[in-house]
Amino acid sequence: MELNRQNIRTYSLLGSHRTFGQIALEFPKIDDKIVILAADQCSPAGLEYFRDQYPDHYYNVGIAEQNLVGIAAGLAKEGFKPFVTAQATFSTTRCFDQIKINMGYMNFGIKIVGLSAGLAIGQYGATHMSMEDIALTRAIPNMVVLSPADCTETAKALLAAAKDSRPTYIRLSGWMNNPIVYKEDYDFEIGKAITLKEGSDVAIIATGTMVYNSLKAAKILEEQGVSVKVVDMHTIKPLDKQAVLECSKSKLLVTVEEHSVIGGLGSAVAEEIALYKEKSRHLIIGVEDHYVKPGEYNYLVKQVGLSAEQVAERILKVL
Amino acid sequence: MYNMMKTLTLAKQVRRDIIDLTYKAGTNGTHIGGSLSIVEVLSVLYNDILKLNKSDMTDDTRDRFILSKGHGAMAQYAVMHRVGILSDEDIASFKKDGSSFSTHPYMNVKKGIEFSTGSLGHGLSLGVGSALALKRKNNVTSKVFVMMGDGECDEGSIWEAAMSASNFGLNNLVLIIDKNRLQLDGFIEEIMKQDSLEDKWSSFGWKVYGTDGHDVDAIYKTFSEALINQKQPVVVFAHTIKGKGVSFIENKYNWHIGVLNDELYKKAIEELEA
Repeated sequence: MELNRQNIRTYSLLGSHRTFGQIALEFPKIDDKIVILAADQCSPAGLEYFRDQYPDHYYNVGIAEQNLVGIAAGLAKEGFKPFVTAQATFSTTRCFDQIKINMGYMNFGIKIVGLSAGLAIGQYGATHMSMEDIALTRAIPNMVVLSPADCTETAKALLAAAKDSRPTYIRLSGWMNNPIVYKEDYDFEIGKAITLKEGSDVAIIATGTMVYNSLKAAKILEEQGVSVKVVDMHTIKPLDKQAVLECSKSKLLVTVEEHSVIGGLGSAVAEEIALYKEKSRHLIIGVEDHYVKPGEYNYLVKQVGLSAEQVAERILKVL
Repeated sequence: MYNMMKTLTLAKQVRRDIIDLTYKAGTNGTHIGGSLSIVEVLSVLYNDILKLNKSDMTDDTRDRFILSKGHGAMAQYAVMHRVGILSDEDIASFKKDGSSFSTHPYMNVKKGIEFSTGSLGHGLSLGVGSALALKRKNNVTSKVFVMMGDGECDEGSIWEAAMSASNFGLNNLVLIIDKNRLQLDGFIEEIMKQDSLEDKWSSFGWKVYGTDGHDVDAIYKTFSEALINQKQPVVVFAHTIKGKGVSFIENKYNWHIGVLNDELYKKAIEELEA
């Protein structure tokens, strides 16, 4: 499927969650064995078109995330390729044992599409924020963890996952009018990070929505004479070790994520560089270990210190 | 062709095997209570009910059997060994370090262990997914059998799965609940009441059957009746005794996991052979 300026613009307006519904329409053309299971999240995922066009490939299991993943495992065992979806937090924390046993231990190639990860639906409170989903899913053997930067990359990641046999968690972050990082089609490969900008002083490895903010932060820093490299780490697991190694050679390595500072991208990078003989210091920017009160998305991003200006400021402070 | 004597003999051998396997497992013990309670039901299933191609356990026309109460694996292995699916080596490796045949089932497609279980409350969802998949494949000859414990019905995920099975019209799904009335900590009645469990399943849209879970003839007849013209998901309550067959194990919650020393082993064998 070709991505062009028009559909990239449309996806951005829809947000990553509803981009899923658009891309799902391609699945039957890729593999007739693909089926989609939703836990009462058809409309937030924009799956109405898929449901109506491919009713035989679609199941709604109701508000039952444990059963969602369990049924998917039964279907996978018999040769089908299930994509399951619910809000990021409920599709991971609520059914963690099912993910561990079915996707990890038994290695069924189920794909979980976690909608509205991070702070995207933080207006509903901490119950709906997903700050620990990367930490949980990447702790499970066999899992692939994807965290696309924008809606273009959401499309690329979903299409790549549809052709991949491994158990995968696809973390969709951001909200409607999702800022565009990738303005045109490009090559996407699971496990291969993308360097969006070269720079010599600071290397930022970012994931999800924070890729866009990091590019903006880099601009602010460059105005002050700091040269910044920005890498889009769209695959948290398996981690692109070569990309991390190269970033560790700068004066300061920074990881930025809309996720808890515990267990996410920052931790994955820290684990990787721990034994390097020579490495830069590592600043982990994410959501600190606390809960924030509900609020609109952009308000919350500022509350947790993840706006581009705040990211730039935090980097300058330790530089 | 159903042969009561053959199935009775199998059950008798399996009960003896369970005692031997527990004795051999030494001081770590085994999940003996909940294994002894399912001997007759498993014997009837593997001897007379399940459609299996023993020379190719991946044959797509087979019935799928899922042991959701994974701690009953010892009984399943013993039955599968006696009917010629598992080898002498397989059964001899039971509970040995690094074995594929241990306390809880480890998925082994070639040997007919359909899924890895042991974390309770998973098997019925796996069964629902498998039954949906059979329908997708237009496989109308195979059915999916799931065996759970009554204590396992404490798990909330069971009820998510129960609701979905009738919602999806799964007339190819057969659930067996081993109603031995005990869970790890004691009698279910004392730990977490499950008043009118049969009514609960019925209200979730399941056709409910009951049988004496130690009477092979009754078990066979119940399955035969339940499987003919099945129109909805079916649950068979097998009324059993945890630890059945050995007086000092029967109905004792602290024999959920048990150790047989020389003396107790001898006593158990004497009772089985009496």
